This record gives sequence, structure tokens and C-alpha cells, in this order.
Amino acid sequence: MPAAQALARQPHPFKPQPWRDRRLEIILGNLLRTGVLLSAAVVLAGACVYLYRHAHERADYRVFLGEPSEFRTIPGVIRSVMNGRGRGLIQLGLLFLIATPIARVAFSIVGFAIERDRMYVAFTLIVLAILLYSLLGSGIGL
Amino acid sequence: MTILEFTGVVAIVSFVAGLLGSLTGLGGGVVLVPLLTIFFHVDIRYAIGASLVSVIATSSGAAAAYVKEGFSNIRIGTFLEIATTFGALLGAFLATRIPTSALAVIFGAMLLYSAFLSRKPRTEAQRNLPPDPLATRLRLNGSFPDLESPRSYNVQRVPAGFSLMFGAGALSGLLGIGSGAVKVLAMDQAMRVPFKVSTTTSNFMIGVTAAASAGVYLSRGYVDPGLAMPVMLGVLGGSLLGSRILVKAETRSLRLVFSLVILVLGLQMLYNGFWGKI
Repeated sequence: MPAAQALARQPHPFKPQPWRDRRLEIILGNLLRTGVLLSAAVVLAGACVYLYRHAHERADYRVFLGEPSEFRTIPGVIRSVMNGRGRGLIQLGLLFLIATPIARVAFSIVGFAIERDRMYVAFTLIVLAILLYSLLGSGIGL
Repeated sequence: MTILEFTGVVAIVSFVAGLLGSLTGLGGGVVLVPLLTIFFHVDIRYAIGASLVSVIATSSGAAAAYVKEGFSNIRIGTFLEIATTFGALLGAFLATRIPTSALAVIFGAMLLYSAFLSRKPRTEAQRNLPPDPLATRLRLNGSFPDLESPRSYNVQRVPAGFSLMFGAGALSGLLGIGSGAVKVLAMDQAMRVPFKVSTTTSNFMIGVTAAASAGVYLSRGYVDPGLAMPVMLGVLGGSLLGSRILVKAETRSLRLVFSLVILVLGLQMLYNGFWGKI
């Protein structure tokens, strides 16, 4: 019998690991849930304003016009929220949504640092750097 | 259609998209983009913007549960995110330089084959492989709560998985959609990660890949608040339900749903490639 096959037939050639990352998993899970619920609440609030004002107009997305600048950059979105616009609020909620996975990556760095896991701190830093690089180059006014 | 009707119908469709997306680890875009463009006559650019929002919502909404319950492997996810984010940068750079239609056709054909491949359950011998030295050094091996009891697994063929993930990232930069499929396949087929861990870890990762490109699409005006609102809320609801179902679901049924969805994705890619829609 080939050696690989013999090994494969053994029940479990290793011990189950202790659940090392349990605490980190709970922290990240809660962070994701908070981010998602916060952004959903803001989007919902914006939806109420938007639907109250525009519910009976016609929906038409056939032709791509591109969004006006107030919905395309962070400063623009903030200005439009200040002006009490429903769609500005929706866009703000979407910005929170986009920020959620990024915050998750940033928090993982802290979590892995607490676990003294230098290798994974380095891995996560690389991911965060690439993320920020692509966001900074995107022109949303970060 | 009035805005109120449109919002309601899109929210329901998005709910289904979020449900399927969270069960398969593919995100909601796979279902959403063709439906929005074909049935709601939405311009493809608005549809892509909405799809991106749906991917982040599915990913974050379902991942909250998957991470807490110990399905997603955050080490596998973090390690492979290096490959996907670098790949996405390369993809975005190449997007204007290579014919994406030809790429869509190749990718579509690949997906049809994978749909067939991913149906096959793992044999007992394939489940109990000895630890791989590289995976051990990278601390990728883990365990997850299987239906009866916790089950440990040893990750295999790390370099192959890492390369595939790089390809997945490049594809997402080039074609906009479909990178979730490669992520699940890379973990499931190449790295021999248990299916539930593969889909939930993919689900954990796709939000980051999508967030990286979300800025670009937002600043180009692809993200319309009126369209993204029902999509985001619907998808989120669907993904929360999906994450409850997955925990108790049989792997066999999840594989079936997955292979059907990537079959549809493959056909969609072939269509888009041949008709030059991408």
C-alpha cells in the first residue's frame, strides 16, 4: 500500500486544535453586525424621505446619465445630507456599508497583535495597504 | 413603473439574490446583474454599481454570523486576501488592455466545467488528509461545527490556491463579477477545504474585494441611491436568512445550489462574451 494511502486511512493524524481565534471571531462578528445595521438604518431613513417625496414618479434606469457630483464623493454626500436630501442619506448609508469590511480588516490587525501573531499582523497590514491605496486613487475625496 | 413599485419589486428580487449569495459564497451580484438588466431594463453600469453594493451587504451581513459561529476561517481569508487584492489591482490595470469578451468566454466555459466538478462530494479518504507543512506553518488548518460535532480539517496545496485567488482578484477587476465563484472553487477543489468553510470564507472575503473597487464605481457615478437602496435592504434581509439556513443545511444540498448558480453564471458569461456585452 502506498504511504500516502496508508496515512489517509488513519482516523485523524492530528489533534483537533483549540479554538484559538474564538475571541477575535466574536469581536469581528460584532463589528460586522454593527456596521451593517448602522448602514441599513441610515439607508432606511433616507428611503423614507426619498419615497415620501418621489414615490409616484416614474422609475427609469434605461439610460446611464451618471450620478450628480453630490452623490459621487464623500464631501458631496455630506453636503447633500446637510441639505436634507433623502438620497444623500441613502448614499451616506452606503458609504458606511463600504467602510464596514475595511474596518473589519483594520480591527483584525489589532486582534492578531493581541494574539502576538506577527505573521498575520503583517498579512493584514498588506491587505489594508492595498485597500487604502485603491480607495485613495478612486477619486471619492478621501 | 412608479418609483414605489420599482422599489418594492427590486427589494424582493434582491432578497432572493442575498439568500442565494450567502448560501453559495458568491455574493448577490450573480443573480442581480442579469435580472436588473434584462427584466428591469437597467443600464449595465447602474446594475454593476448596485451589484457591488449587494456583494458588500451579503458579505458583511452573513459573515457576522458565519464568523461568530466558527465557519469562516479568518486566517485562510486573510492570507488569501493578499492574493485577491493584488490580483484586483492588476485586473483593473489590464482592463483597458486586453479583450474582456474573449476572457468572459473562457471564464464561462471554465465555470460550466466547475459546475459539474463541484457536485461531487468528497470521499472519506479525501477528508482525512495529513497536514501539509506549508499550511501548518501558515496556521491555516482549523475546525468548524459540522452537523453532528466539530470537524477538523487540513488545508492542502496552498500555492495552487493562492495562485487561483490571484486570478480571482484579477477577474473581479477585469469583469466586475464572478470572483466569488473562483474563490469557492479554489478553496474547495484545490485546497480541499470543507465546502461550508469554503463558501463562508469566500463570503467573508468578497466584501473586502468589492469595497476595494466600490470607491472607483462610486466616483464614476455608477451607484444610484434610488436603485441601490432596495437592493441593499433586500439583499441584507436575504443574507441574514441565508446565514441561518446554511448552519443547519446538508453539504450535499449546498453543493447542488452552488453548482446550479455557477452554471447560470457560466452561461451568462458565455452570452456576454459572445455578444460583446462585457
